[in-house]
Amino acid sequence: MIASLSLILLCQLAGEVVVRGLGLPMPGPVVGLLLLLLLLLARDRFAVLARGPLQQDGVENASRGLLANLSLLFVPAGVGVVQKLDLLAEHGIAVAAVLAISVVVTLLVTVATFLVASRLLGRGRSAL
Amino acid sequence: MSENPFSLWVYLSQSPLLWLTVTLLVYAITDAVSLKTQRNPLANPVLHSMWIIGAFLVLTNTSYTTYFGGAQFVHFLLGPATVALAVPLYENRKVVVAAVLPMLAALVVGSVTAIVSVVLLAEAAGLPRAVILSLAPKSVTAGVAMGISESLHADPSLTAVAVVLTGIMGAIIVTPLMNRIGIADFRARGFAVGVAAHGIGTARAFQVDAVAGVFAGIAMSLNALVTSLLVPLAVTLLVR
Repeated sequence: MIASLSLILLCQLAGEVVVRGLGLPMPGPVVGLLLLLLLLLARDRFAVLARGPLQQDGVENASRGLLANLSLLFVPAGVGVVQKLDLLAEHGIAVAAVLAISVVVTLLVTVATFLVASRLLGRGRSAL
Repeated sequence: MSENPFSLWVYLSQSPLLWLTVTLLVYAITDAVSLKTQRNPLANPVLHSMWIIGAFLVLTNTSYTTYFGGAQFVHFLLGPATVALAVPLYENRKVVVAAVLPMLAALVVGSVTAIVSVVLLAEAAGLPRAVILSLAPKSVTAGVAMGISESLHADPSLTAVAVVLTGIMGAIIVTPLMNRIGIADFRARGFAVGVAAHGIGTARAFQVDAVAGVFAGIAMSLNALVTSLLVPLAVTLLVR
């Protein structure tokens, strides 16, 4: 458990080091995600890596535990709304409407693009 | 004697212990209610935790800074949780590799739509420039969006609120919307909610379907990359 959490933190730390060191325009945890993914893939290739948190579903179970409670992690940022009450009193309805319309439009456009692209590619493949 | 309860409150209300406990307890209750209602989208645990804790802070005249002293331990886990997304990605790598091209197309189009639509709508609604800049990165996960907002000299704390509100709206609306228009492909449904509503949408997707959750997680992490590149560009082009 502790070893698995350490591995996750280590990936994030390495991600931050890479991002800061190279001045990359991306968040450190996303690089950490890629590192952990590479580690898991490398473990299947090289048996020597399958030890500590990388065996018996160690890091897998720790990650599942974190992700099972993902929405909890947004609560502290969300409570920040108490700092913005005067701004929301002035512009709250406009902000809420803008965000709501934008979310619906984004959902529809994204789902449509995904389906059209996979249909076009599927047709291309069956035509071959 | 009569002063004792008050001095105890003064002590506790400044300690991280109280606010961390309040955060976990309120979430545990709202999550239990959500489970009781078969995960009804309107029983969204983040939404209800947010207003209950917010009202409690206002009533007890507690500053957000004091609250965050305790809640930061939860907030910190957003980073490790992003790293943890590697695991569902790894476990579903075959499904993911098979759908890599539709995903990339949907990612680019969806990410551009999220940014452009919010900037244009906010301009049409006549919102002040500082507010528009703070809303622009609202579709990516909180930590990343706040970083983007900072680099634009906008208001990161307003961005955080916009991010959470967007996530809640996406999580509430996605299931009824997709059912209404008859989308049965859970890869597409998950991917869309990950692009539009980041981690809160992803949490919702995991409740509905495991494959949808995986695709939402991928969408949210890829969108963090794309949005941090696109928002500065879009803002230069669109905001006067």
